[in-house]
Amino acid sequence: MVGTPPNVAEDHLVDWFRWMITMRTFDQRAWNLQRQGKIGTYAPFSGQEAAQIGCMSALRADDWIASSYREWAGLAYFGVPLVQPLLSSAGHPDGGCMPESLNVLPIQVVIGAQLLHGVGLAWASKLQQQGRVAMTVFGDGATSQGDFHEALNLASVMKLPAIFVCQNNRWAISLPVERQMNVRSVAQRALAYDIDGFRVDGNDVLATAQVMRSVVDRVRQEQVPVLVELVTYRLGAHTTADDPTRYRDAGEQAAGAAADPLVRYAAYLTAQGLLDAAARARMQQEAQSAVDHAVAELERRGRVDAWTVFDQVYATRPAQLEEQRHELQQRVLAHRADGAGGGAR
Amino acid sequence: MSQMTMVQAINHALRLELGRNERVLVLGEDVGRNGGVFRATDGLMAAFGPDRVVDMPLAESAIVGAAVGLAMGGMCPVAEIQFLGFIYEAMDQMASQAARVRFRSNGRFSAPLVVRAPFGGGVRTPEVHSDSLEALFVHTPGLYVVMPSTPYDAKGLLLTAIRTPDPVLFLEPMALYRSFRQEVPEGDYEIPLGAARVVRAGTQLTLVGWGPVVPVMEEAAERSAVSCDIIDLRWLSPIDWPCVLASVEKTGRAVVVHEAVRTGGLGAEVAATIQERAFLSLEAPVMRVTGYDTPYPVPLLEDDWLPNLERIRHAIKRTMEF
Ligand SMILES: Cc1ncc(C[n+]2csc(CCOP(=O)(O)OP(=O)(O)O)c2C)c(N)n1
Ligand SMILES: [Mg+2]
Repeated sequence: MVGTPPNVAEDHLVDWFRWMITMRTFDQRAWNLQRQGKIGTYAPFSGQEAAQIGCMSALRADDWIASSYREWAGLAYFGVPLVQPLLSSAGHPDGGCMPESLNVLPIQVVIGAQLLHGVGLAWASKLQQQGRVAMTVFGDGATSQGDFHEALNLASVMKLPAIFVCQNNRWAISLPVERQMNVRSVAQRALAYDIDGFRVDGNDVLATAQVMRSVVDRVRQEQVPVLVELVTYRLGAHTTADDPTRYRDAGEQAAGAAADPLVRYAAYLTAQGLLDAAARARMQQEAQSAVDHAVAELERRGRVDAWTVFDQVYATRPAQLEEQRHELQQRVLAHRADGAGGGAR
Repeated sequence: MSQMTMVQAINHALRLELGRNERVLVLGEDVGRNGGVFRATDGLMAAFGPDRVVDMPLAESAIVGAAVGLAMGGMCPVAEIQFLGFIYEAMDQMASQAARVRFRSNGRFSAPLVVRAPFGGGVRTPEVHSDSLEALFVHTPGLYVVMPSTPYDAKGLLLTAIRTPDPVLFLEPMALYRSFRQEVPEGDYEIPLGAARVVRAGTQLTLVGWGPVVPVMEEAAERSAVSCDIIDLRWLSPIDWPCVLASVEKTGRAVVVHEAVRTGGLGAEVAATIQERAFLSLEAPVMRVTGYDTPYPVPLLEDDWLPNLERIRHAIKRTMEF
């Protein structure tokens, strides 16, 4: 990060940092909420904030996003409310219900599946001349799946406005990249499909934002797919159920922490005179209250009636499901009337 | 003998067989250095090396497809699918390849592999991790399907599965991985292919189930005044019909319990076969207690969705009062 990047307003530069701090604060809080039993399994993204926020920064408000479960910093920056990841990890039915105003699919847990959706979304946009691009975001692990190769091939053959963003955080749970692939970069795989491939330092939010802006512009104008590899690092565990000390050593963790994108970007902004201690403290405080607000919202959503599980299986409930819904409803209501908590096994 | 959880018993079986037969290899995502996300393969890579216990790139079709090739080529692969919900990625390799190669080659080739996969609810997983998909595979001729509900059975059944000359899908109920310990022999033993287990002997009603619902059926029977025969099928393909039918002929009443969704579930097969072959013994229709016909619910709703104690007791009552 040297010098001021071309064509980026100063308030953008600071805004990115504000989002990075907010999401780091969120991530730590979510981890703690899981430890307190208030939410379930959670996949922390600390260390990947720059790659995520930078990657979304060039999108238009109506563009499509199909991402993995580790993309909450980018999604929040794009407009998904902070309560969304909490609902998702708490196992609330609304966890996947993204705001109407955004063209964001529910997070994908089946590794690689969303790449093909991205292809179809880009295709739909092209057919309807909507001018939207479809961005799919996935991990290094996903590049081993057939879906990855099928998606790149199809998007290339059909000349679709699809952007494939690989968040290469070095690990697919316990498997490091060098044992996932025998190539030096994910980006070089673009060559096989005759599309453009870029490899970017994803921990540099400016470099990421800059590359993404030119990629998004090109994809939108020329209606061709592009592959972007953002090289980053997962600072924490794979999920709250994972123990990374089983498979990576302290030296690597320390090196990862030293390359923390927040530290780097704070140093840059400070040197540019765009950030001082007081501003940072203020941002930290705002982050805290934004996160508090999301947690309060989660608590407010509270209980869900079990029989609503039938409500979004089909557009119209077949009689058989109606019967089952009724049975479940009667049972749960009777249980409540008995004063017992539902669902004792 | 020592007290083991189901996960430990599975680890024991794998260790024993890796040590006994050098053609056995374990492959899957995170099975090596990490010892599996549930630690089922803990310590195996350290003991047998990375050629025998292989951390695979993230691709289920590659894992099962390569295992089919390894098996045809003379090896005994034990593949792990990290969660059963991800086996759809490998469905072609499971159903059209592994299950059919003996048939397609008219006996020239076979694919004696084992695919292990954790599954089942009640443990608050993210979506797709808890689905009970056994019916899809029971509906696939050429595959054996087996599901332990105790540590003892897990070890013996896995040893049988690895030594079976055809593909076996070995389904591990996550909720039972560490829920209790049991005496498990240190040594080698098998549990015969196709043999169900009579969990408890009773006279008035037969409870048939498999996997995660077995302890729930046991609790229901314990708390009930009705004398229940409980059968844990264990082998879902092939099913031990003589065991099921003998019980129903004795009791005259049956309730089938499974966690998988109701429609097209294996419970339908059990109920249909009972009425075909033991009709004159029946005092009441065969009832089912199952998951509902929805995708597996989010964690906040799963307890009410699962076939719990209350639902089983209700079914027992209705069957008795018919
Ligand atoms: C098809 C499929 N197989 C296995 C899993 C279990 N699993 C969840 S995350 C993960 C590793 C993913 O690694 P990567 O794509 O690099 O993403 P990251 O978690 O590092 O963000 C695995 C194996 C899954 N969710 N989906
Ligand atoms: Mg990764």
